[in-house]
Amino acid sequence: MAERPGLEAYCRLLGGAVRSQLAYPASFGLQLVGQALAQGVDLLAILVLFGRVAAMGGFSRDEVLLIYGLASVGFGLADLAVGQLDQLPDLIRSGQLDAMLLRPLSVLGQLCAADLALRRLGRVVAGAVTLGYALLAVEITWTPARVALVIVSPLSAAVILGAIWVAAASVCFWVVDGRELANSVTYGSNEFTSYPITIFSDWVRRLLAFIVPGAFVAYYPVLGLLGKPDPLGLPAVLRWCAPLAAVTAATLVWRTGLRRYVGTGS
Amino acid sequence: MRLMRAGFLRYATYRQAVVAGLVTNTVFGFLRTAIVLTVFAGSARVAGYDPASAITFVWVGQGLLAVVMIFGDGELAARVRTGQISADLLRPVDLQAALLAEDLGRAGFAMLTRFAVPVVIGGLAFKLALPTSPGRYLVFAAGVVLAVVVSFGLRFLLNLTAFWLLDSRGVLSIYAVVAPLLAGLIIPVPYFPGWAASVLSATPFPSMVQTPTDLLLGRGDAGWLLASQLLWLVLLLGAGRLVLARAVRRLVVQGG
Repeated sequence: MAERPGLEAYCRLLGGAVRSQLAYPASFGLQLVGQALAQGVDLLAILVLFGRVAAMGGFSRDEVLLIYGLASVGFGLADLAVGQLDQLPDLIRSGQLDAMLLRPLSVLGQLCAADLALRRLGRVVAGAVTLGYALLAVEITWTPARVALVIVSPLSAAVILGAIWVAAASVCFWVVDGRELANSVTYGSNEFTSYPITIFSDWVRRLLAFIVPGAFVAYYPVLGLLGKPDPLGLPAVLRWCAPLAAVTAATLVWRTGLRRYVGTGS
Repeated sequence: MRLMRAGFLRYATYRQAVVAGLVTNTVFGFLRTAIVLTVFAGSARVAGYDPASAITFVWVGQGLLAVVMIFGDGELAARVRTGQISADLLRPVDLQAALLAEDLGRAGFAMLTRFAVPVVIGGLAFKLALPTSPGRYLVFAAGVVLAVVVSFGLRFLLNLTAFWLLDSRGVLSIYAVVAPLLAGLIIPVPYFPGWAASVLSATPFPSMVQTPTDLLLGRGDAGWLLASQLLWLVLLLGAGRLVLARAVRRLVVQGG
């Protein structure tokens, strides 16, 4: 091996992905709008519900919008970074994954860079607009720590959701057509993290808030911003460990799955 | 009839996909139950729903979404893009009728699996407000068949846009996110503010999810509901025929 291909190779993959998507500008534009709408539909649902009630699980409309906005930006960024894993089942079935394994780049890196879907920026933008509105609408006593929290939260939300995504997609190493199975965790998390976890029944909450660490995406950061006490009484230290734990677990699952992968045999 | 059978068998082949879809529908069933129930914090009845009928609404909706393919499909559009459509058009059967027959077969299979299982799970986890009179189930069954045809009519029209756009994925992806909301899958249409609910009622979307569940829960006049579905069915299938005729006239198969 003459030179270690690294950054440059990834940049080329990324460049190719971007160019190919802009080849059909009209369709790309529509898909961008479609993604923004996808996020907007949930927003509309929240607004319709608040047309009927004043509070949801102890949170006012604008407070729920804050949770929703933060979760949306996180989900949008995660989707942009690793959403391509949706295609893993096709790559496994068609044997293209084998080709990726032979290249001297990380498989996860190749997957994410080669098919980067720019249309997903639509979600990020829709989420950011809601988040901006909600931050202005709710009353927050700003302290330096809270400013830092606002900046860090979308990123940590993206890291957690991205980790959930990688772990969920790894299911495809075991179940051949596991895409929808993975979707129930990824898109399910998107839905779950957009609402205060207090509205869900005990076992749904236990499963999706703590085993799948959905509670740490938006709910706890918003509690911190609003200075609300946690009705569930979780030690504060745990909140900071969540992104780290999620990434570690996801890496383990992905590696195990990939090592186990033997091809479809055709 | 043969095509209907083929549609049924084709989807029956992919068992793992069925199971995976069921898991997704069920997870979302639990999430949506919690979300829809939040409106009952202050009052026992909202827009004519009590908690039991709202929960029934959610689980029947989760069952119907696969039956009426609420997120749309792009199969025909893909055939237009690749040019395979020319072979379809040469066959001695009516394209729209053939696809409809296949779709009814698919829906029949979905009814036995994708509909039945979530409703049973929902019924085990919660108390559903299911009707006791057998007549209500017959009316519901008729409503579901009409819902499938209305949904087919919409999807057929959307897919035909590929004749003009070549790549109709943008159109299809917008439909996939908008249709569930407009059909009442995410929140019941009567939860919407009055004006929005009336606007929605003047579109074919509620015919796919809201109307069949109304028929099951006995909301509104069954005859009128079925008639509105029938009206949309005729309009959409008619429009589909017209558009197809125009599309075929301007058809240029790519690559000569």
